[in-house]
Amino acid sequence: MSGVGKVVSLGEAVARHVADGMTVALEGFTHLIPFAAAHEILRQRRRELHLVRMTPDLVYDQMIGMGCARRLTFSWGGNPGVGSAHRLRDAIEHGWPLPLEIDEHTHAGVAAAYCAGAARLPFGLLRGYLGTDLVQVNPRIRSVECPYTGERIATVPALNPDVTFLHAQRADRRGNVEIVGILGAQREAGLAAKALVVTVEELVDELPPAMNGIVLPHWVVSAVALCPGGAYPSYVQGRYGRDNAFYQRWDAVSRDRGTFRSWMERHVLGAPDHASFLASLGASA
Amino acid sequence: MSEWTRDEMMTIAAARRLWNGCVCFVGIGLPSAACNLARLTHAPDIVLVYESGTLGTRPDVLPLSIGDGELADTAACVVPLPEIFAYFLQAGRVDVGFLGAAQVDRHGNLNSTVIGPYDAPSTRLPGAGGATEIAAHARQTFVVIKATRRSLVERLDFRTSAGFLEGRGARARTTMRGGGPRAVITDFGVLTPEDGSDELVLSELYPGATEEEARAAVGWPLRLAPVIERIAAPTPAELEALRALHARTRAAHAQPVRLPLT
Repeated sequence: MSGVGKVVSLGEAVARHVADGMTVALEGFTHLIPFAAAHEILRQRRRELHLVRMTPDLVYDQMIGMGCARRLTFSWGGNPGVGSAHRLRDAIEHGWPLPLEIDEHTHAGVAAAYCAGAARLPFGLLRGYLGTDLVQVNPRIRSVECPYTGERIATVPALNPDVTFLHAQRADRRGNVEIVGILGAQREAGLAAKALVVTVEELVDELPPAMNGIVLPHWVVSAVALCPGGAYPSYVQGRYGRDNAFYQRWDAVSRDRGTFRSWMERHVLGAPDHASFLASLGASA
Repeated sequence: MSEWTRDEMMTIAAARRLWNGCVCFVGIGLPSAACNLARLTHAPDIVLVYESGTLGTRPDVLPLSIGDGELADTAACVVPLPEIFAYFLQAGRVDVGFLGAAQVDRHGNLNSTVIGPYDAPSTRLPGAGGATEIAAHARQTFVVIKATRRSLVERLDFRTSAGFLEGRGARARTTMRGGGPRAVITDFGVLTPEDGSDELVLSELYPGATEEEARAAVGWPLRLAPVIERIAAPTPAELEALRALHARTRAAHAQPVRLPLT
């Protein structure tokens, strides 16, 4: 992929890379969660998505509650330190607004599946899923016999999303991406995907050499979109902190279907872009 | 120092079981409070590992989520999440795993997935996260759980993470390399596994707690260890450190966030 035309608007990136029915991963482990990308997918009314994410917290609570998902691959779903992801629960417990098929794993299992996907191997393996009923309810969790020792080792099918969205601090105009701080499985999820879209706080002409810095090199990045505040209410190391009070308030917003819908319509669907979303919350300076 | 609550006693009892220098895989909530209390009191060189990839972190306030910036800012190093699970946990480099759950059974197996049938749950819980592999690979685990007849149960609705499975050596016959739960810390005292049967029995009580209270709070016929130890009340230093930690945390989490946008 050439660098020409790689820097696009978020709206253009979503229009170009997300189609109904696709497998879509939005990664970032507490840190760098691509909220702006999620909201743009909602604005463009994508449907029937297979969503993949280790921790479907608020970002997927919003997407699932708005009815854009038919299936979810995950390993932990809640509002961390606060309680339930109410919209996720409502989808699983009551099929609202739509029934949601779940493909449930452990963190170690999803991590292995992303690593396998990044390496274009058919499955990941781990000493995992030992003594858990997850293997009874998820037929995709299987095992192989080690050809050297005979030990049974758990396997998970590789994850290769049609598109992965990440958020990062900086990118340059060719599409090289710099990430600083807690990484989660961002790099693996990005390299596992068929297309990789990254929103960033800042665009620079050229990134300085980073000997061990996490740089996603330009030729694995499909599109870069400038999106300041794009991880809010999650955080960006060195730029802004996690809005823990927002996560605590979300519990009340999301508990009731009507309150949730009107909040989303007002702040997300009613805002043309992420800057307007932030302004509608008064989160912008 | 004023009176203490059972929640404080649970946290302090959990913290006391950690030793200086131990490598501890920490979960959010009470485990995180206990591990940091240990670090701030008797175990300054404890190594705290959070699954977000932060190794040797020394947070000044407790994280609300497992990947808060506070953990990265104060960590010795930050590694990718797949490495935490593969190179550190699975490789046997964790001494103590600290787990919570919605249900625990008499053999220390845990449910954090679902109440009711999996396909038609009455309450969908968050799920395994890191717990299943922590339970399998940490050299030992401590479980913290508030005691009710709905939490300490005869039968789990779903087994998310293994304790001693069906007991009587069942765990030792698997390929799990970690030793399993050494203590279940709850709000009347501590249950520990009995040698041979692997069944959790009452072995420690907090000041003021009784055997009757423990029996009433446990959903299986609770047996007693040969000797029931009486846990010492929190010391003024422990209470002061714990309350100051919680106060700092509350203040930090209420801070409004301003985005550096122009």
